[in-house]
Amino acid sequence: MSPPDSPADAPALELDGVVKTFSSGGREVTALDGVTATVRRGLVTGLVGPDAAGKTTLMRLSAGLLVPDSGRILALGLDAARQSLQVQSSLGYMPQRFGLYEDLTVQENLDLYADLQNLAPKERPARYEELMRLTGLEPFTKRLAGDLSGGMKQKLGLACSLAQPKELLLLDEPTVGVDPLSRRELWAIIYRLVEDHGFTVLLSTAYLDEAERCQEVILMHQGKVLESGPPDSFTTTMTGRSFLVTSPEMGKRALQRTLAQQPPVLDALIQGEGVRVVTREKGDPGLARMGGQNETLEVQQVAPRFEDAFVDLLGADQSKRDAAMDVPAPEHAQDQGPVIQVRDLKRRFGNFYAVDGISFAVERGEVFGLLGANGAGKSTTFRMLCGLLPATEGSLQVAGHNLRKAAAQARAKIGYMAQRFSLYANLSVIENLRFFASVYGLKGSLRRERVRWAMEEFELAELGRATSGELPLGYKQRLALAASLMHHPHILFLDEPTSGVDPLARREFWRRINALAERRVTVLVTTHFMEEAEYCDRVVIMDRGKLLAEGTPEELKQAHHTEDNPDPTMEDAFIALIEQSHAERDREQAA
Amino acid sequence: MNGGGWRRVKGLVRKEALQIMRDPSSIAIAFVLPALLLFIFGYGVSLDAKRVPLALVVEKSSPAASSLTADFYESQWFRPVRYGHIQAAQEAMRHRRVEGILWLRSNFASRLFTGGPAPIGLILNGVDGNTARIVAGYVDGVWSNWLVRYAAAQGRQLSLPVNVEQRIWFNPEVRSTNFLVPGLIAVIMTLIGALLTSMVVAREWERGTMEALLVTPVRLREILLGKLVPYFCLGMGGQILSVAMAVYLFEVPLRGSLAVLMGVSSLFLLAALGMGLLISTVAHNQFIAGQLAIFTTFLPAFILSGFIFDIGSMPGWVQTITHAIAARYFVAVLQSVFLAGDIWPVIWLNSLALAIMAAIFFALVRLRSRKRLE
Repeated sequence: MSPPDSPADAPALELDGVVKTFSSGGREVTALDGVTATVRRGLVTGLVGPDAAGKTTLMRLSAGLLVPDSGRILALGLDAARQSLQVQSSLGYMPQRFGLYEDLTVQENLDLYADLQNLAPKERPARYEELMRLTGLEPFTKRLAGDLSGGMKQKLGLACSLAQPKELLLLDEPTVGVDPLSRRELWAIIYRLVEDHGFTVLLSTAYLDEAERCQEVILMHQGKVLESGPPDSFTTTMTGRSFLVTSPEMGKRALQRTLAQQPPVLDALIQGEGVRVVTREKGDPGLARMGGQNETLEVQQVAPRFEDAFVDLLGADQSKRDAAMDVPAPEHAQDQGPVIQVRDLKRRFGNFYAVDGISFAVERGEVFGLLGANGAGKSTTFRMLCGLLPATEGSLQVAGHNLRKAAAQARAKIGYMAQRFSLYANLSVIENLRFFASVYGLKGSLRRERVRWAMEEFELAELGRATSGELPLGYKQRLALAASLMHHPHILFLDEPTSGVDPLARREFWRRINALAERRVTVLVTTHFMEEAEYCDRVVIMDRGKLLAEGTPEELKQAHHTEDNPDPTMEDAFIALIEQSHAERDREQAA
Repeated sequence: MNGGGWRRVKGLVRKEALQIMRDPSSIAIAFVLPALLLFIFGYGVSLDAKRVPLALVVEKSSPAASSLTADFYESQWFRPVRYGHIQAAQEAMRHRRVEGILWLRSNFASRLFTGGPAPIGLILNGVDGNTARIVAGYVDGVWSNWLVRYAAAQGRQLSLPVNVEQRIWFNPEVRSTNFLVPGLIAVIMTLIGALLTSMVVAREWERGTMEALLVTPVRLREILLGKLVPYFCLGMGGQILSVAMAVYLFEVPLRGSLAVLMGVSSLFLLAALGMGLLISTVAHNQFIAGQLAIFTTFLPAFILSGFIFDIGSMPGWVQTITHAIAARYFVAVLQSVFLAGDIWPVIWLNSLALAIMAAIFFALVRLRSRKRLE
């Protein structure tokens, strides 16, 4: 064992062949399957991977909160399993839900963690001042932690884990569920800590785009480390393999489907008005001629992204299979005019307006996105559209029915997939499908036929008897989508459908959604995942119950194109809009 | 424990105190619930049979019958109702308008006069066996008193072979409040000790704050102490409130010393808190913690502690089980300190049992807890 005061160039964290299994419901689940990794001092290292990759287990093992089955972990030169108390006094750790006492004020939370971390009373005023300056929480010290916004809670959680300055900081998914603006601020704080104080930070995240903000990345999938290194090392292998393809003639969905079938294409994803393609080999395999006869496509090389590398490493051809779903086109599919019309919609809870006067219209066969941070009012809007929650004010037309008068008729035409997939966890796959079919009023041979259709169409046949609670997240999502389509609805509502699932499962999901949209099924989707907005035909951006902007993803991005940022992402556009709206509100309040 | 250790415990205790003050539910469990239970048991529930509705059927009036029925009217235990014939009285009993029927047949006076046996019919509602027995006893009492006086008036000496001279000790008025209220204090303390403690620990697991606590340099014993101290104070607060209500509101006599009462109470509270912490080592969510606490501590304290149901009259194997119920020892001490005074053998023996139980619980808690998430 190395001595506690190991040399400065020794890694801050070393994992060697770490295996960790849990037993859940009589089954052994391997959370970590022989993980070997190092975290170098003085850097921001990202532990990147989808849900259930084993990130949280790795964090907890490193903090001495769990003991590995085999393998060894050295944190700052100390054995994390055997010297856990010493490890815990020398590292800072922020758990996923920030570990704050919501009924204590900001100051009281800080005091508690200062006590627990042995910060001497005479050092406190200076330390508190520094932390408050760093996090910008100075004006809120007397506020209850429970009354803070998600972003402020996250900063307070960080301040608490840092009450006593620590060499190594472990942050478990600090950016999950936090709006993009707060996420950006957190990154600035982390870099200040690393640069000014020489901290080492290990941060886990399920957002692959955040990998590019780290100095080193450990990429995990299903309990294994796929690869590690600086983020450029992931993307450089991908240079010359990413292209944006557009077609003046073909629709983007048809284009995506055509390109995905081509052997040289590894991955094809809708982005704005075009399709982003990743090829198997370096160089353009002649994408311009892949649109079929008489069709010349416009091809433009683009910079590789971290996600491209992930898809390449998994080597899966997930996006390639044809997913023209066998769904009958809904009746009146060719009718013109909007299928959903919302005017001045409001919803009040007590004296707080969760939705505060929004209006929009959705055309038949459109994929329409509601974008916003947690608490923006997306889910409330959705529940009103599905007739689950009455509106306080305004008018709502869904599939030709006024929801305030004929909610039941409208509901028969809609499918709804709730956040976290509302499945019956202890029923089998087939039992869930039968149940949802009956709920939608299907009986006898029609029900049997639809259940069979769902099992085939969603490739669930082999899993028919499996308990749905034990399925991997991607399969749960597939089953939930199948359940919501049992009655062949005209309109499909998806509430945060892909949060937490891995990029491959997300691709597969969207392939099915695209197939539905081609059949002129209208799809409404809420998401706080900015990337996902690219797959929509049109999006609205919501903040605090109001609409900030509406348009195609391309229009929204272009509106925020600046000289410094000629090619803004959806997230850049989102942040610019939120900042603009906050500035306006401040001006109004000042006036 | 070094300086840092004390600082950490102080921080934890302060945190817990702030949470107690801000969370109306723990205040409710500690103060409102005891008051509520005491009101229900002090005023509402009574095991005494008083002013029992009794049907009187006198088929033929006579001076003897009148003087006997007059005794029932005067008794505080009965509220007699007259019925013309037995069928009407039976009808009233079926509708539970009366609890019993006293039936004097038409030949009552003539048989009495001729010196032969003069039977009295007594029909009782035996659904609640306990009450029926008590009522039967009261009827016996009234009528044997009457018989003695009647015989004296006739100039005869009634010679009964045995004469019962009743003395009721400790609770001469036979007020059930006097033994229910002290016993109830044990139930209340169980509730505060086990339920509240296990729930607040489970809450920390649910909200993810336990993970944040465990990862600080805090030691396990400091976390346990940080839970123990505040809830001990809260429990003693509830205890003082209950004792004050018992003495001043319900006028239960406190014959023993307050110091002994508080001393034994704190021992019991430690055992209850230990049980609560033990539950929290297995239950990491509030629902399960609450259910476990109610099934393993609150219900046994209610049923098996001797608070309502006398342990001596339980079947042997149930009596054996009651030895594992901490409340049993506390109820014994409470009832004797309130009603009989400081009976040292009772106090010592039961206190020793409580101390042993508390020690076992804490040892188990320490053994079962790890500073880990699994």
